[in-house]
Amino acid sequence: MAEIVINNLRKEFGSFTAVRSSSFKIEDGEFFMLLGPSGCGKTTTLRMIAGLELPTSGEIYIDGEEVSRKPASERDIAFVFQMFALYPHMNVRKNISYPLISQGMPRAAVRAKVAEVARILGIEGILDRPVGGLSGGDRQRVALGRAIVRDPKAFMMDEPLGALDAEFREHMAEELRALHDRMGATTVYVTHDQLEAMQMGDKIVVMNHGVIEQFGAPQDIYDKPATMFVADFIGSPAMNFLHFHGAVEQGATSVKLHHQALPMPEAREPFDGDLVYGIRPEHVRLSDAAPYRGKVLAAEYLGTTQIVTLDTPNGTLKARIASDQPARAGEAVGLDFNGATVTLFDNQSGRALRSDLNEGVLSHG
Amino acid sequence: MSDYSVTEPSLRQKWVAGALVVTYALITILPLIWILTTGFKTPTDAISYPPKVIFEPSLEGYVNLFTTRTRVSPEALAALPPPETWYEEIVRNRDMVIAGPSRYGERFLNSIIIGFGSTFLSIFLGTLAAYAFSRFKVPLKDDLLFFILSTRMMPPIAVAIPIFLMFRTLGLSDTHLGMILLYTAVNISLAVWLLKGFIDEIPREYEEAALIDGYTRFQAFRKVVLPQAATGIASTAIFCLIFAWNEYAFAVLLTSGTAQTAPPFIPTIIGVGGQDWPAVAAGASLFLLPVMIFTILLRKHLLRGITFGAVRK
Repeated sequence: MAEIVINNLRKEFGSFTAVRSSSFKIEDGEFFMLLGPSGCGKTTTLRMIAGLELPTSGEIYIDGEEVSRKPASERDIAFVFQMFALYPHMNVRKNISYPLISQGMPRAAVRAKVAEVARILGIEGILDRPVGGLSGGDRQRVALGRAIVRDPKAFMMDEPLGALDAEFREHMAEELRALHDRMGATTVYVTHDQLEAMQMGDKIVVMNHGVIEQFGAPQDIYDKPATMFVADFIGSPAMNFLHFHGAVEQGATSVKLHHQALPMPEAREPFDGDLVYGIRPEHVRLSDAAPYRGKVLAAEYLGTTQIVTLDTPNGTLKARIASDQPARAGEAVGLDFNGATVTLFDNQSGRALRSDLNEGVLSHG
Repeated sequence: MSDYSVTEPSLRQKWVAGALVVTYALITILPLIWILTTGFKTPTDAISYPPKVIFEPSLEGYVNLFTTRTRVSPEALAALPPPETWYEEIVRNRDMVIAGPSRYGERFLNSIIIGFGSTFLSIFLGTLAAYAFSRFKVPLKDDLLFFILSTRMMPPIAVAIPIFLMFRTLGLSDTHLGMILLYTAVNISLAVWLLKGFIDEIPREYEEAALIDGYTRFQAFRKVVLPQAATGIASTAIFCLIFAWNEYAFAVLLTSGTAQTAPPFIPTIIGVGGQDWPAVAAGASLFLLPVMIFTILLRKHLLRGITFGAVRK
């Protein structure tokens, strides 16, 4: 197992820059998520770590060794492809043994190792079947088997659950995480699904347009987004953005929106200009007494909670409230905000302003 | 409810479709049947009018195909000892004796060497080139591919004279190597284009998986890409072989003695002892066999969809 360090990694395809100067560190044994919308450079980053793509510049250290110019076959990592890429002309057993055969492992040892892996993944029964007729889940397990059979330094996974049905994906995600916990293998996992990233990852890197927007533990990224992009991308529904023009003083604990003072964590940097008041839907409460008012536009029932869409003087806002609380369309209600969770953003750059809440987490640039 | 169904054709539709298919099959197979039957006719039956559909089969055509014969006077014929073999008897019935074997066997062998040799070379070079065009960043890739294809944009015979002169200068005229190189040069553009299409269809992930599994690029190509491309290679090989096997114009122009293939040889049979249509037909019938066998052998590759289900699209 190994720690992976990425230093100023950059990749250009002709005039298009897929990854701009990324730097981050993946600790030994970590389940590490590369998250972002399609085309953000996450898969390119993963492929550069694996050695399937040569970086334009920058360094990649696996276990302290600089490998960015080495061929994939010499990096001792395993890769699970979105489409599984099982060798179609071989049966399950041959697929799983293939990486061992390349190392010249003796036949008996290969058999034993494949049997062990098959037991871990629960696929002993299908070892002699051709891969063509397998179900999605079994193919996924065979792909995982081919990856873990070699005991590589690290696993790269490129949206490995993307090709599965929604129902089965949930199950497979748990299986994957359990497998990781048992083996303690450093895993780099690419996904565009923020729920998957939050559910499985020890750490998440959020990327957009080839740039790393934020890097941290799932909860930090959710509660203390560093940019408006992260705040918007993570969470469903996304963080609410109330746009306003105003000034924040150093040490202020509230801002004025539409003549009302709304609470916020103590500001650690002054700012004057176009601002965004960011608050998660679950931190908004409907309260008749509150002076900041909004009008209910719609309510979506979700079982235990409901999502209420409101029209406010500073834009549309969604609140997640208990489903037994009445919210009728057309009704005007007061809105109460949990100030400790609020993040203020500079609307121009999209960057979060430093406050008591996020000071420990933010690292701009 | 009416008996109309979107998915199931009606009985009448099936009958009409069946009749059309059978008619078409008959039309296309008729020349073939004509050649095959003519090979077993006597020269008289072969040119009788109206054509004989029912006839007494004879092996005279095949005997004439493989032998050269000389006419002898009835007296000399009577003086000979009785014929020892059935084919001698057939020849003597025509007041002739066998002078020796014909060159058909030799020409047939030439066709096999040149046809299969050039097919192998076209596929070997074509697969490597197609893989490179499919997977690597080749400078001026599109121009090169167009340039390769442009060699097919005129009839090859249009360049016959330059090739004839080149071959004479290089000493390639009437050699097996010369003909193999020539047919390879003509076929390789087709091979590169067809095979590039097939290789493009193979997901790169297979090779990438093999690279990660510790194999070199060439091992990945050989063990993962080639088995996947088998279908494409088989069908391309059939096309290349059919071209090289049937090619007539260059063969007439560039070969005469040692490296002559069967196509230019077969018509020369006509001149030997009258218009011997059965012998020509026999030569043509036998000439069909190798390509037919080759196609039947490779047919299972053409039909087998081995990539089915291994990659989820």
